[in-house]
Amino acid sequence: MSQPPPTAPKLIWQSAIVVAIESRTPTIKSFFFRLARPLHFAPEQHMDVRLTAPDGYEAQRSYSIASAPQRNDSIELAIERLEDGEVSPFFHDTVAVGDEIELRGPIGGHFIWSADDGGPVLLVGGGSGVVPLACMLRHRAACSSNAQMTLVYSARTAADLLYGDELRALDTRNDGFRFFPTLTRELNPAPGVRLGRIDAPLLGTALASLPAPPKVAFVCGTNAFVEAAASTLLELGLPPAVIRTERYGG
Amino acid sequence: MATRGFSGRGRGAEAQPDRLPPGQFLTTDFPVLSAGPTPQVARPDWRFELKVGPRPIKSWSWADFIRLPITKVTRDIHCVTKWSKYGTGWEGVSISDLLADAALEPPTEYTLAHSYDGYSTNVPTADLTGGRAMIAITYDGKPLESEHGGPARLLVPHLYFWKSAKWVKGLQFTERDEAGFWELRGYHMYGDPWKEQRYSGD
Repeated sequence: MSQPPPTAPKLIWQSAIVVAIESRTPTIKSFFFRLARPLHFAPEQHMDVRLTAPDGYEAQRSYSIASAPQRNDSIELAIERLEDGEVSPFFHDTVAVGDEIELRGPIGGHFIWSADDGGPVLLVGGGSGVVPLACMLRHRAACSSNAQMTLVYSARTAADLLYGDELRALDTRNDGFRFFPTLTRELNPAPGVRLGRIDAPLLGTALASLPAPPKVAFVCGTNAFVEAAASTLLELGLPPAVIRTERYGG
Repeated sequence: MATRGFSGRGRGAEAQPDRLPPGQFLTTDFPVLSAGPTPQVARPDWRFELKVGPRPIKSWSWADFIRLPITKVTRDIHCVTKWSKYGTGWEGVSISDLLADAALEPPTEYTLAHSYDGYSTNVPTADLTGGRAMIAITYDGKPLESEHGGPARLLVPHLYFWKSAKWVKGLQFTERDEAGFWELRGYHMYGDPWKEQRYSGD
């Protein structure tokens, strides 16, 4: 499996310019930053963001890098607006194209996959937990890798399926990627769309879509989502050491 | 550099800014963060071991362990992912009492804590003794849940909380400061929240 990144020099705050903002779902916007200094990172690592008030008060948060590392002078962060948050509402409601935001990174050394690692790989994401997994898939596509990779992705409604079009398009390529979306609260599903939470039969189907047991399974989402998915994968026979988790919030 | 349009959330008295290390925000939740699935270790199967280098010194079963002196503490905790939580209540065996029961003076300057899922983290031995750390078995008056590291976790609240190894199964005294799991992956060897020592080089 991927070695941790080589020891990096001190991570310094750099000013990045917001060059574009795109609404992705009713609660998630993508922010595209042009970086002053090139960033070398692995999928998926994250960036720390720092906001400073005029009186010197600081707020910091971490966001997964959504874009593939092939581009090192600009990155995409997909930020979900949390109702009682301090930083995400600021991004959604106030940040505009042209603004300077302080970032530092890349951070993280465990939830990492690079094309050299190969497959098979199982990806399981819930809601905005798909961001790090999308980063891995974009990297895989940019490398023209045929590594066997299956994504199981649970979102509330069709509108909440982040990167839905992109993921469906990757699924049509027949290059070793399989996509299993499921919606938990969609009232008007399109024909053929699976409804309901991720469960053992769905994960079993996903595992069966891989030619062999996965070398690694990346699970990302809220803690409750990750606990449920990881326990089910253990019940299905995956060894604990194969499962890597990234848990958002509580 | 001030960020255009940012003034911060209403910072009421409950945030107690002097109590919050740099870059942290206050939470009333208790977020769960770990790198893999939650190990399930039954108390009858639980063992805790002290080693000096490769040499085992003493081990305790759960029944032995809970007969040791129990200390109760209330502490603020600070996670490297930026959340802080005030006044968390823990009970457990202080590292000093553990060493006393093993009739061991701190044998080396550095300690590596080991967990049931293969996790490890390094702490200078002086940061564990003198009441600074314990092996905690209850949180908020109840037996420690597996999600938060139960049956037992290391508790070193004056350092970032990744040092408070969940599902702890032993402490190994080492000659050198040996990087643990996150320290090998870019996190700081010491981790003082008041100096904002999050990542190596900070």
